[in-house]
Amino acid sequence: MSDTTLEIKDLSVEVEGRQILHDINFAIKTGETHVLFGPNGNGKTTLLMTIMGSPKYKVTRGNIILKGTDITNLPMDERARMGIGMSMQRPPVVRGVKTRDMVTACARGRESEEELNSIFLSTNLNELVDRDINYGFSGGEIKRSELAQLLAQKPDLVLLDEPESGVDLVNIALIGHLINQLLQKKHPIRERMRSGLIITHTGHILDYVDARTGYVMLGGTIICEGDPHEILKTIVKKGYEECRKCIA
Amino acid sequence: MHSLDTSKESKEKARAAAAKKARFGEDIELAKYEHAAAELPYQEDLSVISEDAKSQMLQTGVVVDDTSQRSGTIIQMDHSVIHSMTQQSDIEVMSTRKALEKYDWLAEYMWKAVAVDADKYTAHVELNPGNGYFIRALPGSKTVYPVQACLYIGKKNLAQSVHNIIIAEEGSELHIITGCTTAPREEPAMHLGVSEFYIKKDAKISFTMIHNWSPETEVRPRTGVIMEEGGIYLSNYIIMKPVKSLQANPIARCNGKNTITRFNSIILCPPGSNMDLGSQVILNGAGSRTEIISRAITTGGNIMARGYIEGNAPDVKGHLECRGLILKGDGHIHAIPELKGNLAGIDLSHEAAVGKIAEEEVEYLMMRGLTRDEATATIVRGFLRVEIEGLPPELTAQIKQAVETAEKDLM
Repeated sequence: MSDTTLEIKDLSVEVEGRQILHDINFAIKTGETHVLFGPNGNGKTTLLMTIMGSPKYKVTRGNIILKGTDITNLPMDERARMGIGMSMQRPPVVRGVKTRDMVTACARGRESEEELNSIFLSTNLNELVDRDINYGFSGGEIKRSELAQLLAQKPDLVLLDEPESGVDLVNIALIGHLINQLLQKKHPIRERMRSGLIITHTGHILDYVDARTGYVMLGGTIICEGDPHEILKTIVKKGYEECRKCIA
Repeated sequence: MHSLDTSKESKEKARAAAAKKARFGEDIELAKYEHAAAELPYQEDLSVISEDAKSQMLQTGVVVDDTSQRSGTIIQMDHSVIHSMTQQSDIEVMSTRKALEKYDWLAEYMWKAVAVDADKYTAHVELNPGNGYFIRALPGSKTVYPVQACLYIGKKNLAQSVHNIIIAEEGSELHIITGCTTAPREEPAMHLGVSEFYIKKDAKISFTMIHNWSPETEVRPRTGVIMEEGGIYLSNYIIMKPVKSLQANPIARCNGKNTITRFNSIILCPPGSNMDLGSQVILNGAGSRTEIISRAITTGGNIMARGYIEGNAPDVKGHLECRGLILKGDGHIHAIPELKGNLAGIDLSHEAAVGKIAEEEVEYLMMRGLTRDEATATIVRGFLRVEIEGLPPELTAQIKQAVETAEKDLM
């Protein structure tokens, strides 16, 4: 088995005929969590959606390798079953489909009812399980619901699109705790089987979740790679203008 | 054939309306159908019913092999009531003919909730009486299990004529499941069914109707409900199978104060089917509330989804929700929600939406590992899920089963 969960090679992506991502290269080893910084509209979500396999995002060049297998041309449901799970920033409302149904569907029969109830309890979702998924949910409720689905899905690669956005201070600690649970952060790194790629606009999530590597994405390409806390410090202090100087 | 004992005045009105076209739906030439049917023998033991007929009935929620979970049963085949029974002394279940013989006062209830001269179809039922069912809950009674009624057309090319009277006396609670179906053959037939409901003070009726016609059947139900103070009427209508032409637009007149009316409709319209379905609620009693909810899916057939709420009294509240899904094929859904307010202090609202399944919803579910077909099925199941309150568990299960069976065909 490969010790690299995700490998992105020379990846270029277009959306509706417009090139968004250019020559992306990076790899995430099994058990590691990486963080993607960048201003809005610079391709972070496009990268996650491309890895997930959303058909709107067309790979024009390069490859996506999951646990040693090239998944570049596989449909998203197959990728999900192979071990990719994603928390969306703004997931759609699906009327009539209950939160309980979604979490149960994610488990694909692997979890007992007791285990599912334990997920609802730990994500503080008990009051939402019989409501239509995402219908009238607050920012925090959406994130907790997304994480409950991922806890049931048990993916090897966890993609999180701005898990702290729209979340109040009370909820953000819980979100951080759930992400750590999902990414098996309690275990020593050699025993962790899950890897993560987290988009963060503000970096707040780093107060709760440890990450090994950080990237800065500007103009659809990764322009910087390093210690995530150092990158965040620079961004907070000098803004993304400093990052732009690196590519000037 | 026996004649239903209605007044001379009704007959005259019916004759005058014999050629009157209905306001909605394509006009049906009644002369092309046969109107007489042989009198079928009464069956004490329902096990003699053919397996085919049982299977058709079962798909509409009518169980004949074991009726222990039913407070009463009445089955009409063609124009003959072949079986009726009740397991509760305070619930009456019999044919309309028999009830009219038994109760002189019942004539007063004929054509009060539905106008005899509404159109040629009501007129036809008056002029060519077949039979129908009479279900009555005595004051303060409550059905332990639902009463089941089945209207079955076995004879080819028959225009089945039915006049039903349902009365919930003061303070009673009555749950009914009605299954309307035909022999499992693709042969022409017509169903003309008048149903008049009378809900007395503080009484409640839940009426669940499942239609399972053949693709060559033409159907014109005519339903009226009259409600007194504190009355509750919950209607659940389900059609998931093909029908050549179906037009119905039941009307509830909420005359008493603080009534509650709810119409839920779940409609699946396959290719070749034409369904013009609506619900109307007239809020005449102060503080009355209503909700009309419809879910319509076309896979190639044509649907008119109507809804009408009229507020005529202070503090009434009504909401109309009509959602349509064009799943496949080239059928259409035409949603017409209407509201009419006639005084200040009323609260009426509606929402209507017609469209296809949103691709982002399908992708969201696929992102969780469901295949495209599984994702689509989950969304359709969710779409058809209407929150139904106030039903006994047997009926909730029956509705769920009817919808699930159709979902399998759908996918």
